[in-house]
Amino acid sequence: MSTTALAPASLADVTASNATLRRVLHGLPGVDQVGVEARAATLATRSIKTTAKQFALDLAIGMVDLTTLEGQDTPGKVRALCAKGRRPDPTDPTCPQVAAICVYGDLVPVAVDALGDSGVRVAAVATAFPSGRAPLDVKLADVRAAVEAGADEIDMVIDRGAYLAGRYLDVHDEIVATRDACGDAHLKVILETGELATYDNVRRASWLAMVAGADFVKTSTGKVSPAATLPVTLVMLEAVRDFRAQTGRQVGVKAAGGIRAAKDAVRYLVVVNETCGDDWLSAEWFRFGASSLLNDLLMQRQKLATGNYAGPDYFTLD
Amino acid sequence: MVFEYAPAPESTAIVDIAPSYGLFIGGEMVDPRDGALFKTVNPATDEVLSEVVAAGPEDVDRAVTAARDAYEHRWSRLSGRDRGKYLYRLARLVQERSRELAVLESIDNGKPIRESRDVDLPLVAAHLFYYAGWADKLGYAGFGPDPRPLGVAGQVIPWNFPLLMLAWKIAPALAAGNTVVLKPAETTPLTALAFADICRQADLPPGVVNIITGAGDTGRTLVEHPGVDKVAFTGSTEVGRQIARAVAGSRKKLTLELGGKAANIVFDDAPLDQAVEGIVNGIFFNQGHVCCAGSRLLVQESIADDLLDRLKHRLATLRLGDPLDKNTDIGAINSQAQLDKIRELSAAGEHEGAERWSPACELPERGWWFPPTVFTGVTQAHRIAREEIFGPVLSVLTFRTPAEALEKANNTPYGLSAGVWTDKGSRILWMAQRLRAGVVWANTFNRFDPTSPFGGYKESGYGREGGRHGLEAYLDVRA
Repeated sequence: MSTTALAPASLADVTASNATLRRVLHGLPGVDQVGVEARAATLATRSIKTTAKQFALDLAIGMVDLTTLEGQDTPGKVRALCAKGRRPDPTDPTCPQVAAICVYGDLVPVAVDALGDSGVRVAAVATAFPSGRAPLDVKLADVRAAVEAGADEIDMVIDRGAYLAGRYLDVHDEIVATRDACGDAHLKVILETGELATYDNVRRASWLAMVAGADFVKTSTGKVSPAATLPVTLVMLEAVRDFRAQTGRQVGVKAAGGIRAAKDAVRYLVVVNETCGDDWLSAEWFRFGASSLLNDLLMQRQKLATGNYAGPDYFTLD
Repeated sequence: MVFEYAPAPESTAIVDIAPSYGLFIGGEMVDPRDGALFKTVNPATDEVLSEVVAAGPEDVDRAVTAARDAYEHRWSRLSGRDRGKYLYRLARLVQERSRELAVLESIDNGKPIRESRDVDLPLVAAHLFYYAGWADKLGYAGFGPDPRPLGVAGQVIPWNFPLLMLAWKIAPALAAGNTVVLKPAETTPLTALAFADICRQADLPPGVVNIITGAGDTGRTLVEHPGVDKVAFTGSTEVGRQIARAVAGSRKKLTLELGGKAANIVFDDAPLDQAVEGIVNGIFFNQGHVCCAGSRLLVQESIADDLLDRLKHRLATLRLGDPLDKNTDIGAINSQAQLDKIRELSAAGEHEGAERWSPACELPERGWWFPPTVFTGVTQAHRIAREEIFGPVLSVLTFRTPAEALEKANNTPYGLSAGVWTDKGSRILWMAQRLRAGVVWANTFNRFDPTSPFGGYKESGYGREGGRHGLEAYLDVRA
């Protein structure tokens, strides 16, 4: 796949100026809205049953970034969420734990303490989440504070205003600065696709983030509607697939916001499977940013094991 | 593969296939007078499904007589509104029984249940609903204030979309006030016979729809029958020629919807991932058993490698197998004869020097199967670029300029459909004006809608089906 030659060595040329960056982003193949939505709808008709469903539910549970991002969050709430993330189904030790707990930066120490050496990672939203409307040094201080407090992963937001105004290099430089501030922490770049509006923008912004060094591209903050959709995620998966084909570097995708049903999660996994294949089918490369999704996954998992649905009271609300 | 989809077969409990069927004449299933029995098989398993009649001349005569009687004494005396009521009733019954009909279609034809469920059956109902709406508005269709029907229509349909082609034929005929004798294809009679049951369920006046099964001989007898006023045929160009000869010089009105060798043209500014989907949908939809299939991919040289990479990557994800599995993308080839033809032309492609490629793909042991196949390095002179293969075989050619694309696209004896992929609106219009094809799709392929006329140029036939234009074929507009 060689539409735009983007060998790693030429990345520096790409970002030499706003004009060169623009040329590359606008040289990407366009996205036909009708076509991509039809493709996503077709993939959503895949029938995932029995053993395949079992596999998909467990995989999805392990990909959840269990999230609480409310003004009313307290240490108690975060500790409860961490307990849930470590053992999603207290009655079944074979149930996998979630990938990460996602919180605001000030609650990172609480999560780090509660998760200990469980292997569940701590993700912090930063850079003046969710709007991103703050001076760069404030955003970077936000990132550093979270990393110093022990966050393994940073979920940043891009400056959508700058992006929509065509100041791609500003968006790029901000991601690079954030990347530097992250140190060893993994960087997820939130595109807020609901504000980018077109699929062409989603593809270009994904490439922009990847060129700037993102470890993950993420659909949404969850604070803007629409958040993650199947076609948007499909376009981002095509972008990471093409990016690896051209540069050799693999980037992950996180679908966040609005995914509440296990059935929907399975559809996302089908799209991952048929767009990117095996290499992206693990928590290392695909995540769900969600809160209520986990309980539905657990409920369907139990139904599959026992043949019966347990009432909602049998699943913990945290 | 990490994520293996478990089998998800659609249940066959909903269909009830009788061990043998008669003919649907005059509103009831009757035994043949001079027809013999033949077997219809499931192409995915090679198992016999049922026995049906190859209607003989006497049977055909009886069906045409019943249709004539119904035309003169019942159907032509009904108001348009009352004809519409019956059509609406047929449409609703098709919707109510759509799962059963979809399963039956997949069993008899070999097409994936995903397609019969999500494409064929919704379109069948949509056609019936659409023409039901026209029945009392014929005076506003642009064919004069009170256009008259033709009489008895003899209709012969193919095996690739058995029930959909039935709806395309029966809906406008009945809306316009004609009665019909319809012959489904030899290999796929079962959904037409199920439709006979729906006609009974709908209390359609006896003789308005008659369904006689059989092979080529039955079809020939039907179109040559002097009691038929109108002949409509969908199928191969070869048979279409014979029919045109047979009705030449008679008062019979004729519409033919025949073969195709459509160009699917991808320009360098096309939305590539969607173009790949369009190519897949263009040639691998219904195993390529589609007269308007995009069997010739014309791709601009500057993006040919990139596009083919993407296409091959995509083809590796196609799932071939049990047509009743809800996750199957490619089903069975409809018959041994068709499989032989696909094999013969593919061998010719290799022999003539084109490069053949298929994804790794395991074929079931029983039944008739052919893997999705792509030929690259094809030129206009190759047989696989000129002859209709009617199977999951794509011929890839390249071009350098829009004019060259147009020239190659039009350089075929056929002219049924074409596809154009580009982000440039003006180029779509420029191409569409110049492509000699009945349907031109822009940034999509194989999309059908009852409101849109469908039909060919040149050896792809004449007359239009669908839309307001589709009514003309069943109305007396000669005056």
